[in-house]
Amino acid sequence: MKILVGYKRVVDYNVRIQVKPDGTGVVTDGVKLSANPFDDIALEEALRLREKGVATEVIVVGIGPADLTAHLRNGLAMGANRAIHVVTADAVQPLTAARVFLKLIEKEQPELVILGKQAIDDDANQTGQMLAALWDRPQATFASRVDIADGKATVTREVDAGLEVIEAELPAVITTDLRLNEPRFIKLPDIMKAKSKPIDSIEFGSLGVEAHDHLRTTHYAAPAKRSKGVMVKDAAELVAALKQKGLL
Amino acid sequence: MSKILVIAEHLGGKLNSSTARAVSAAAAVKADAIDVLVLSDAPDAIAAEAAKIDGVSRVLTIARSDNAHALATVLAPQIAKAAAGYSHVFVPSTTFGKDIAPRVAALLGVAQVSDVMSVEAAHTFKRPIYAGNAIITVEADASHTVVATIRSASWAAAGNAASSAPIEALAIDVTLPTHTRFVELKQGSSDRPDLQSASKVVSGGRGVGSKENFEIIYKFADRIGAAVGASRAAVDAGYVPSELQVGQTGKIIAPELYMAIGISGAIQHLTGIKDAGTIVAINKDGEAPIFEIADIGLVGDLFKLIPELEQAIG
Repeated sequence: MKILVGYKRVVDYNVRIQVKPDGTGVVTDGVKLSANPFDDIALEEALRLREKGVATEVIVVGIGPADLTAHLRNGLAMGANRAIHVVTADAVQPLTAARVFLKLIEKEQPELVILGKQAIDDDANQTGQMLAALWDRPQATFASRVDIADGKATVTREVDAGLEVIEAELPAVITTDLRLNEPRFIKLPDIMKAKSKPIDSIEFGSLGVEAHDHLRTTHYAAPAKRSKGVMVKDAAELVAALKQKGLL
Repeated sequence: MSKILVIAEHLGGKLNSSTARAVSAAAAVKADAIDVLVLSDAPDAIAAEAAKIDGVSRVLTIARSDNAHALATVLAPQIAKAAAGYSHVFVPSTTFGKDIAPRVAALLGVAQVSDVMSVEAAHTFKRPIYAGNAIITVEADASHTVVATIRSASWAAAGNAASSAPIEALAIDVTLPTHTRFVELKQGSSDRPDLQSASKVVSGGRGVGSKENFEIIYKFADRIGAAVGASRAAVDAGYVPSELQVGQTGKIIAPELYMAIGISGAIQHLTGIKDAGTIVAINKDGEAPIFEIADIGLVGDLFKLIPELEQAIG
């Protein structure tokens, strides 16, 4: 069984994002970039399925500019067998990303596609669901547990009401939640090994994907700040303050 | 001419308040019509609740045994068909809506606007990115249907109308897939207020220290009639079940009163509570980031302070 894993590069989650004063974007120059944390979890899950003998091959997929190869090497060092780099200088929106994945699915015929539930830059939370729709296959979003057996995935999903268990016939799309696993750290020898693993580069334009984006971002702003609060010295003072506000 | 279809979220035969919040967002578009669509195996009681929401023009129901559980693979094709003739499809940005809406959008071949915080114009919206650290203004293509999820914490629930909107059964002819099946929902049973819609929330973090110690949080919450929440650290440590998690990847809430107890205030947690009316922080570390956004802060040991609070409340 082949598994395709989405592996997006984003601004590192520890970076405090600054909006450019002219409202044209956020500052990304000189900012640390890392794998989307949910995608690390997706890759980890795929690797574990391979280690269990469920999967035979794990392929990481990245969509982005020429220098994305360094990022894909990290995915290879973590343990993916090979990488596919869809080369484009433009940022792609989720629907376009889903269409790209569908093209790669047609070519690679995976039984499972694992994506992060959202990327921590645009926080869209769309690509997996859109891909599953275009592919006309099951989706199991927000997974915190995945069991594969008898041609189906049994997935525990973190939903607002609790934990939902669903069954999905393969092939299927799974998107990862935080508690699915803890991704492994990359070891130095693995970085060396990754250098000889193949990265297949495909020009975005050659895929025949419609790139028309329906959304246009016209302005970026910093969020409204909450005004500075007050410190109280003890429980009695806190209760008095809350009672005064009519909250107790 | 805007005509908006709002997808109702419900569970156990009851309408979720996220639906009335999505109706508020629809009203902000100044739509000519706002219809609410209820997909269920038994939609009547839910539809009757939805019909009372102020601003709703009609409630449409699709009653099918397939709709007994909210499976995106089953609901999305029906919603996509029902969307014909509507300029907008609004879905609550809860795990229900986040699962379903992108599938609907892809079936319609359109982009989706996630987590709408405000409506600037019929096709212009504001939404958060980078865990709420930047707010973008997004323009959707006016020649396509707008599929959007509505960030519940940004919208007050629409009130009750003087008279109920009409309810109509909708017949949708579409073959539904059987490749995805519901198995079970494991829910913590609780008599406490619902975390997502409660007016008061008391949350505990890693500082609470253990599952047993969390009793002090439950007890205090019950005392003031609050829902109970938790930080990711507390959930990861196994103190409480995951559905209590508040934050970027948990629930994003906007209660009138939020009390963060033993929570240091990681940015991902703060994202989930930014819209709360009053934020109270109790932490033994005076340097904890939670105090940067708290309206009222109190430094000290929670195990000593909570009993004192209970006493002071009288």
